[in-house]
Amino acid sequence: MSRYIATRAIRGANLIVAEAEAMLRKAIEELGADTPVTFPNTAYYLPVIFGFTGREVTKLGDLVPVIEQAKEILHPVPGKELWLPYLGQTLDCGVATLWAEEAIEGIRFARGLEPQEITWDGSYVPSSSFTSPDAEDQVGRHLNGPIDDIQLRSWGIQLVDGRMPGFAAIIGAARSNEAAVQIIRELQQRNILIFLSGNVNGRSIIHQLMEEGVEMGYDTYIVPFGTDTISAIYAAGFATRAALTFGGMKGGQARGMLLYNKFRCFAFAIALGEVDDLKFATAAGVLNYGFPVIADTVIPQILPTGLTMYEHVVSMPFDDIEGKDDAEKARRLVQRAIEVRGVKIKITEVPIPVPYGSAFEGERVRRAEMRVEFGGKYSRCFEYLTTSDFDAVEDGKIEIVGPDFEDVEEAGHMDMGIVVEVAGRKMQDDFEPVLERQIHYFVNGASGIQHIGQRDIAWIRLSKAAAEKGFNLKHFGEILYARFHADFGAIVDKVQVTIYTDPEEMKEWLAKARKAYDYRNRRLADMTDDSVEEFYSCTLCQSFAPNHVCIVSPERLGLCGAYNWLDCKASHQINPTGPNQPIKKGACEDPSYGVFSGVNDFVRQASHQTVERVSMYSIMLDPMTACGCFECIAMIIPEANGVMVVSREDPSMTPTGMTFSTLAGMAGGGLQTPGVMGHGKYYLTSKKFMTSDGGFKRVVWMSSFLKETMAEELKAVAEREGDPDLLDKIADERVSTTVEELLPFLEEKGHPALTLPPMF
Amino acid sequence: MTEQRSIDPAVCDLLEICEEDGISTVFDRADAMKACPIGAKGACCRNCSMGPCRLTKEGQVGICGATIDTIAARNFARMTAAGAAAHSDHGRGMALTLLAAATGDAPDYHVRDVRKLHEVAGFLGVETDGRETADIAKEVAEKALIEFGRQTGEIVYLQRAPRKRQQIWRELGIAPRGIDREVVDIMHRTHVGNDQSYESLLMASLRTALADGWGGSMLSTDITDILFGSPVPLVAKANMGNLSEDQVNIVIHGHEPTLSEMILVAVNDPEIIEYAKSKGAKGINLTGICCTANETLMRQGVATIGNFLSQELAIVTGAVDMMVVDIQCIMQALGPLTEKFHTLLITTSPKAHIDGVTHVNFEEHDALEIAKRIFKMGIDNFPNRREVHIPKDVNQLVVGFSHEYINYALGGFYRGSLRPLNDAVMQGRLRGVAGVVGCNNARSCHDYAHDYVVRELIKNDVLVVMTGCGAIACAKYGLLSPEAAKYAGPGLREICETVGIPPVLHLGSCVDNTRILTVLSQMATEGGLGEDISDVPGVGFAPEWMSEKAISIGTYFVASGVYTIFVSESPVRNSPAVVRFQSEVWEKRVGGKLEFIADVKESVQKALEHIDKKRAALGLPEYDPKRYGQSGDAVMLKVLEERGEEVFNLYSAKVVQSAGS
Repeated sequence: MSRYIATRAIRGANLIVAEAEAMLRKAIEELGADTPVTFPNTAYYLPVIFGFTGREVTKLGDLVPVIEQAKEILHPVPGKELWLPYLGQTLDCGVATLWAEEAIEGIRFARGLEPQEITWDGSYVPSSSFTSPDAEDQVGRHLNGPIDDIQLRSWGIQLVDGRMPGFAAIIGAARSNEAAVQIIRELQQRNILIFLSGNVNGRSIIHQLMEEGVEMGYDTYIVPFGTDTISAIYAAGFATRAALTFGGMKGGQARGMLLYNKFRCFAFAIALGEVDDLKFATAAGVLNYGFPVIADTVIPQILPTGLTMYEHVVSMPFDDIEGKDDAEKARRLVQRAIEVRGVKIKITEVPIPVPYGSAFEGERVRRAEMRVEFGGKYSRCFEYLTTSDFDAVEDGKIEIVGPDFEDVEEAGHMDMGIVVEVAGRKMQDDFEPVLERQIHYFVNGASGIQHIGQRDIAWIRLSKAAAEKGFNLKHFGEILYARFHADFGAIVDKVQVTIYTDPEEMKEWLAKARKAYDYRNRRLADMTDDSVEEFYSCTLCQSFAPNHVCIVSPERLGLCGAYNWLDCKASHQINPTGPNQPIKKGACEDPSYGVFSGVNDFVRQASHQTVERVSMYSIMLDPMTACGCFECIAMIIPEANGVMVVSREDPSMTPTGMTFSTLAGMAGGGLQTPGVMGHGKYYLTSKKFMTSDGGFKRVVWMSSFLKETMAEELKAVAEREGDPDLLDKIADERVSTTVEELLPFLEEKGHPALTLPPMF
Repeated sequence: MTEQRSIDPAVCDLLEICEEDGISTVFDRADAMKACPIGAKGACCRNCSMGPCRLTKEGQVGICGATIDTIAARNFARMTAAGAAAHSDHGRGMALTLLAAATGDAPDYHVRDVRKLHEVAGFLGVETDGRETADIAKEVAEKALIEFGRQTGEIVYLQRAPRKRQQIWRELGIAPRGIDREVVDIMHRTHVGNDQSYESLLMASLRTALADGWGGSMLSTDITDILFGSPVPLVAKANMGNLSEDQVNIVIHGHEPTLSEMILVAVNDPEIIEYAKSKGAKGINLTGICCTANETLMRQGVATIGNFLSQELAIVTGAVDMMVVDIQCIMQALGPLTEKFHTLLITTSPKAHIDGVTHVNFEEHDALEIAKRIFKMGIDNFPNRREVHIPKDVNQLVVGFSHEYINYALGGFYRGSLRPLNDAVMQGRLRGVAGVVGCNNARSCHDYAHDYVVRELIKNDVLVVMTGCGAIACAKYGLLSPEAAKYAGPGLREICETVGIPPVLHLGSCVDNTRILTVLSQMATEGGLGEDISDVPGVGFAPEWMSEKAISIGTYFVASGVYTIFVSESPVRNSPAVVRFQSEVWEKRVGGKLEFIADVKESVQKALEHIDKKRAALGLPEYDPKRYGQSGDAVMLKVLEERGEEVFNLYSAKVVQSAGS
C-alpha cells in the first residue's frame, strides 16, 4: 500500500458502504425485505459475499447483516502527520468495498436494473447476446452482468490445462480507441479472458470497442460486465466461484479461497485512465485475491510482494511508454501486466497474416461476412492425418494441389481436403485420431476462420477481412505445421501438409481417408476396459482441485469430455511425467462395480489419501470424484429407482429440486458423494455406464439438450440395451421438473427402471 | 561521546539542575565509583566462605581449586538464573492473577482478550468448545502454573518453536524440564563443590535461559495479553515533556501491569478526578517509566517519560506528585532522592521494599480499591508541589506491534501472514531483521548506543524490533514514528510505506522479547528463509545492557539460534575459554552465539556481516540497496503538486523526472 492509495481506498470504501446501506434501506422500504436477490444461473448466491462469509443471500433482507459486517471491517483514513499502519486496514476496507458493490448489484437485480442496458447510441450494435441465452428481442441490448456457472464450468478445462491462462479485469477507458483495441488483441492472442467494466468520465472501454466493431461475448473471451466500476465485482465473483467450484472450498472459507486465487488463478487488473476513490477501494479488494493492479496513469507504485506473487501496484504512465504509436504502447503495457502477474505464456508464432490465438476459436463467420466456405451444405471438406514413412515426409512442405480460392465468387464455396502426413519415432497409429482432432482447434485459432466438425464433415468458413489481409490456402498448412510441432513435438518429428482442391486427387484421398476412419471406428469399438492392461490417470485438474483424480479407461472417458483413453496415452508420450500416467489395472476385485486394486492404490496416493477406493462403473458405491469441469452430472432419484442425467448446458430445474449449478457443488471439488457423479457425456453410450447399478436403463430423466445432440448415439445404446424405445420413456425438463411430475410419466411409459431391483 | 552523559536533551537539561543544586544521580555515582575490576571480568568467586577468591593470574585457582573457567562460567550461570527467575516470577504472578480473576478472587480483573485466551488454551491443551470463558481461563492459569512446577519431561511451549529447533534442544539435552526447576538447577550446580566443568555450566545456562524465554516470559506475555488485551497500534508520546504543569502527575515505574492497569481504571473515575480538582489540580496525568510504562504505553497509549536512567531525573522535575513502583529496575536512590522533593514514592510489591519508603501492599483481590487509595495519596500530595522544571521534549511514536498484529498488518483480516516480510527479506528489500533490546547503563552515554545501532541498522535496510528501555530510548528520538522511514535504506523505506509502519517496531516490555521469538519462529516456518530460527538473516542486540535479565534474554536468544551482541566488555572475559565457548562452540551447537563487543561501530559491522552470511547460506541474492526504492507516494505527489489535483491528465510522470527527481 502507499499512504496515498490507502487514504483514497479507505475513503472510497467508507463511501460505497454508506451508499450500499442507503440503497438497501430504500429498496427494502419500497420492495420489501423478502424481495428475491439472485444472480442468474449460479448456485453460489452472491458469490463474493458467500465465499467470504458463507452467507446465503437470497432476498433483500439477507443483505442487512452483510452491510453490518462490512461496516465492522471499515477503518478510518490514515492520519496526515502521524499515521497508524494502514496495509491491513486498507485490505479489509477493500473487502468491505467488494461486499458493498456486490450488495448493490444484488439490489439492482432485485429492481430489474441488471444486467445494464447498453448506454451508447453509436452506429455499432452487437448482433448477438453477450449472455447465453438472451431472448430474441433482448439480443444485443444488455451488457453481460455476472458470468453464469455454466460458462464458468465450460471454461474450466481450459483454465486448468493452461490453454486459458487466466483473466484480465480491465476497468476504465483506454487512452485511445487504437490503444483499447490493441490491449484487447494482445490479451486475446494469449488466450486471456477479458472482463470489461468501469468508465472514465462516462466513457468506457466497452464503448471504445463497440466503436471499433470488436466482437464481444463469451465466444471471443471478451465479457463486458458493465460500464461502471461496481460491475467489476463480477470479476471477483468469477474468481471466488473458481475456488468454490474447482478448489472444493466451501462458502466462508475466505482465506483458503483467497490463497487459492493467489496461487492458482492467473489474473490481474488493468486500470485505464484516472483512478478515483472507488477504483482504489475496489483495487484494494482484489489485492486480497493476490491480483496485482497495473495502471496506465501516474499512481503510487507498490512493488514489495507477499500478498501477490509479484508486485502489487504498478504504474506505467501511457504517454511515457516507449513506442511509435498507441498500439505499440498498448502492447508494452499488456506485456508488463503479464510479467507482473508472473506467468510465462508460450505463444506459438504462426506465420499467417491474421491474429492467432484460442480466443479466436469461438469467433463466428456469418454468411454476410464470408469470403468463401469449404464443406457445409454446398461443398465437401475433409481432413485426414496419417503416419507416413520417415523418408516419405518432407518436414515443412506445404503443397496446394489444385486451384486456390481467388477464382471462387464472393461468398462462394469449394471442395477441399486437408491431408497431414506426420512421422516420428514415437508416433503410433493410435495417435492419429488424437492428432487429427486437433486440426479443429488449430484452424479455429486464426481470426476470421471458422471451423466446425471433423473428418469428412468438416466445414470451414473464411471471412472477407481475413481474405483481404492475404489469407490463402497455404496458410492452413502454415498453421498446422507450426502447431503440430509446438504442441506435439514430443511425438511428431516431421510434418507435411497437402491441401487438395483438384477434384480427382480430392476424390482419391477422400476414399483413403474414409477407409482410415472406418478402420479407426472399428479399432476404437474393439478397445474395451478388458482388452487393455493399463488405464490412465488424469490429474490435470489438480492445479485447481488438488485432491481429484480422473481414471480414464477405454470405456470411460474423462469427465470433461476432452480426454479419452487414447488422448491420455498420447499425452503421456508427449510428457512422460505429466498429468496422464499409466495405471496398471491390477487385480479386478469386482468386474460389475469396476473395482481394480491398481486403480485403488493409485487413487489413494494421488488424492493425498482423501479417496480410498473407486468403483469405475458405479454411482452408488465409491463413485469417481470430479473436479468441476464435468459435462454431465448423474444423480440418483430414489423415488424413481433410477438416475437423472443433467447436462452443463441445461439451466433448468431438475426433479431433484436442484439445478446443474447447485448439483455441481455436491459433485465437484474432489469429493466422493454416493449417488452423485460427474461424467463426460459420451460415457452415457458406454457399455460400462453404471453397470453395477443397472446400466443405461436406470436413466429416467435426461436434459433435452443431450437427447437432441446425441440422438443417434443414444438410439444405438437403446437398441443395444434391447429396448429401442427407451429414449421416449426417459423424461426431460419439458416433461417434468419435479418428482411428482416424473413418476406418473414413467408409469405411463412403462420405464424399465421401475421394475429393476432397488438401487440401494 | 564518552564525555557526554546522555543524548536525551531532557535528561541533559535536568542533569544541569542536579549539578546546580548538588543533587547526586546515577551518573555522578557511576563517575565516582569505578567498576570493580575483578568482578567486572568474572574473576571473583564468592560462592563459599573460604573465599572470596579472585583469580586474576593465568593458571591461578581458587581455594577449592576452581579454575578461572569454572568461576567465570559459574558467575555467568548465576546471572542467567537470576534473570530467568525475575522474568519467570513475573510470569507466575500473571498466571496467579488470571487464576484469581477466573475464580472470582480478583473481581476487578477480567479476560479482555478472549481470542488470545482460546489461542493459548490451544497451546496448553485446554479444551475450549462449549466452555465458559472463566472456566477456560481457570484451566489455562492452572496449566500455566504447572509449567513452573513441572519436574520432568519438557515445558509445553517448546512446541511453538520450529521442529528443527526442538530437535536440536532435545539432542543437546537442553530442553527445559520445568521453569523453576532449571533456576534451582543452576543455583545448585553453582554451589561449592558441584559442577566444575565450564562446558557443562554453560550448556546448563542455555537450558535455564530457555526456561525463561520459552517458559516464564512467554507465558507472562500471553497471560498479560489475555488479561489486558493484545496490543494493537496506537499513537503515543514519549519523554519528559509529557509531565503536566497543572495536573496531578502520577508516574508508574517497574515491570508489572497488574497494578498500573488498575490505576488506569481509577484515573477515569469521576470521583477521583473531582478529588484532584478539589486539590487545585486541573486533572490527573498518568505517565510511566521503564517497562510498566511499556505495558500501559502499548495497550492504552499512556505516555512514557523515560527509561531506566531517567527515573531519578523525573523526580528532579519537581512535578511528579507520586511515583508508584512495583518490581525490577527500581533504584534504591529514589528513596533518599524523593526526600529532597515533594514526590511521594510508594512501593507496592511484597518483593520490592525500599528502606524508608512508604509501602502499600498491593493485593489483587482488592485491586481497584487499593489503586484508588494510592491515587488519593498522590492527589493529596499535589498541593505540596514547589518549583517545577519540566523539559519541553516530547516525541510521538506508534506502539503496539504484537506478533498477532504484525500478521494482520501484513495482510489484513483475511490475508494476514508473514509472507510479505519473508518475501522482502528473500528479495533483499530487507537485508535482514534485528531485535534491539535491553537496558540503559550509566557506564556509557545514556541512549547513545541504542540510537546509533538502530540508525545504522535501518540505514542498511534491516528492520528493527525493540522492547524495553531500548524501545523507549529510540521513541524519544522519533525512530518509532512512521516518518522515520526517511532514515531507512531504500528497501526498508518501501516496506514501511507499503505497510504504513515505522522502520523500528515497538514490541513491548522486556518480558515481551518472547514476541520476537514467536515472530522468528513464524518467519522460519513461513517458508523461503530456511527451516529454523538460526537460518533467518537476523541478529539480536543489547547495546546498553546492565541487568541479569538481559543476560537471560541474550542467552535464550542464543539458544534459539540467534547471534546476539552485547555492546560492552564481556563480564566473563577473565576466561578466554568461556568467551570462546559462548561464541564458537555455541554457534556450532545451537546456531546462535553470544558476543560482547565494546566498540559500537564494530558491533554493527559484525551484525551486518552475520546477516549477509545467513543470506548467502540461504542462497539469497546479495544485498544491494540500489535495486529497490521505486515504489511509494513521492512521484505521485510531485505530479499532483505540479499539475493540481483537478487535472485528469496523469498519463505522464515525465515533468517530474525532467525536474531532476
